[in-house]
Amino acid sequence: MNVMTGISPWEQLIRPDRVHGTLYTNPAIFEAELENTWYRTWVYVGHESEVPKANDYVVKSIGPQSVIMTRDEQGKVNLLLNRCSHRGNQVCSYDKGNARSFTCPFHSWTFANDGRLVGYAFPDGYEGQDKSKLALGRVTRVQSYRGFVFGSFAAEGPTLEEHLGGAAETINRLARSSPEGEVEVTAGFLKHRVKANWKFILENECDGYHPAFVHTSIFGVADSAIGKLYGGASTAMTRDYGNGHTEIDLRPEFRKRDQPMSWFGTSSERLPDYTAQMNAAYGEKAAREIMIDGTPHVMIFPNLFIAEIQMFVIQPLAVDDSVQHVTALQFKGAPDLNRRLRQQTMGSVGPAGFLLADDSEMYERCHRGVLARNPEWIFLGRGEKRERQDELGFRVGHVTDEVPSRGIWSHYRKLMERG
Amino acid sequence: MLSRESSATLMNAVTAFIYREARLQDEHQYEDWEKLWTEDGVYWVPANGVDIDPEKEMSIIYDNRSRIALRVRQLMTGKHFTQTPQSRLRRLVSNIELMDEQATGDIAVASNSLIFESSLRDDTLWAARNEYRLRYVDGELRMVYKKVMLVNNDKALFTLSFLV
Repeated sequence: MNVMTGISPWEQLIRPDRVHGTLYTNPAIFEAELENTWYRTWVYVGHESEVPKANDYVVKSIGPQSVIMTRDEQGKVNLLLNRCSHRGNQVCSYDKGNARSFTCPFHSWTFANDGRLVGYAFPDGYEGQDKSKLALGRVTRVQSYRGFVFGSFAAEGPTLEEHLGGAAETINRLARSSPEGEVEVTAGFLKHRVKANWKFILENECDGYHPAFVHTSIFGVADSAIGKLYGGASTAMTRDYGNGHTEIDLRPEFRKRDQPMSWFGTSSERLPDYTAQMNAAYGEKAAREIMIDGTPHVMIFPNLFIAEIQMFVIQPLAVDDSVQHVTALQFKGAPDLNRRLRQQTMGSVGPAGFLLADDSEMYERCHRGVLARNPEWIFLGRGEKRERQDELGFRVGHVTDEVPSRGIWSHYRKLMERG
Repeated sequence: MLSRESSATLMNAVTAFIYREARLQDEHQYEDWEKLWTEDGVYWVPANGVDIDPEKEMSIIYDNRSRIALRVRQLMTGKHFTQTPQSRLRRLVSNIELMDEQATGDIAVASNSLIFESSLRDDTLWAARNEYRLRYVDGELRMVYKKVMLVNNDKALFTLSFLV
């Protein structure tokens, strides 16, 4: 807060219809946002289906910090920090596996997969030492929503459900596309690195203005119906759920088409097993509605992007260095759908993906672009005058409007001002 | 088992094929590169190791023949922005070896490649072990299968939008 003007520096940098370019490039701001957003709010870490059995583990992250997600012998999911409590060595060097314990290679300290220190070499030097005070660090709070595991380093604050707010419904909607009501993350991740600030990725996920241009090369040659969803005449909507969560709601367009599985560019006839399983699970009427509406396109702040057929996890490493972890969504009890989801995902995303190679090119060009100081601002005013509220009170706009970016920045400002 | 003479002849033909493929890739001769494929070609760049099951797990590229054609068509539009402007490329290919004969009669070949890419982002070095299966079609060698095993495919990789 500037005592002379009463205006916080964040208010000077983040205006309703524009944000300052230095928000993407200033290393001090990056450090501040690690503290005030990544290490405070709820962050998506992993999915329970990635550690299905007792003693399974998978190495994940919260920003630059390495986090081991384990399922201990009691079946509980733990988020442990990959750092020996002795001298800081990483205790786990593999991406995934099954282990009851982790032994640090440096001095042989051994930790159970629930984080407890169970032994150290030559223990007579530690006479009277309380082992329970030397456990692995852990993510302070861990909560799951329908198998999606989130962590928060803040001891107090909103619950996960409070944080998700209206966006929780999008995860429910996603799970409904499984005849068993469950999403699985079992297809392995592609890791796509970009030399750009993570917020360019965050904002682009629900930017419905760019596809017609950035993706024109693939829409043209693949004879894709996706382009129309993002055209001027589209009835699809952008939505701001609050708490930084944003959506592109394509259902109005899919409902106009009124064709089950059209959202995925296919038909019930080509997925007979899936259609039968959905009909059996939900009844023909409800199943038809689910298969018309499709899965959501939602960006859960700050790092979980569910993009209809795949999910991305955004990881910031430095102010100009980020990784997109991406995998095909898989639906329990839907093998024929899952196979197509994997094939489509592999074509679309990752370092060689038809779509993401071009998105990532834009992130990197934007990052280099904003190093220029004039104009100082990123202009986010598209559709500001035609924003409206939906029946639940969330702000919505045309699919090409910048409702999502404005929503993200408004929430970001609150988090940073509180810091 | 081939005689020493026929093995040397085959090695010459295979080596010439692999060098030609490398040049077409470096020089963005997309359509000529596509013509090197058979009608049942499979182009595979695995992620997270070299022995994953591409039918179950994500690969960086796992193209059947029609998707190879789609990849080439996207590059040909001139609006695939990650390759507009095109990366400048030069690759060295070495360690070319004829591997065990295939039951199908296809010719199994392996090589190493080291690729220097200069793009808008930066200069990037890529290294890979390549496995090919080649077949004579109308007297010309063609690719039935190419597997590119990037040395660092378990790590986060920058965009890989040229032909590898």
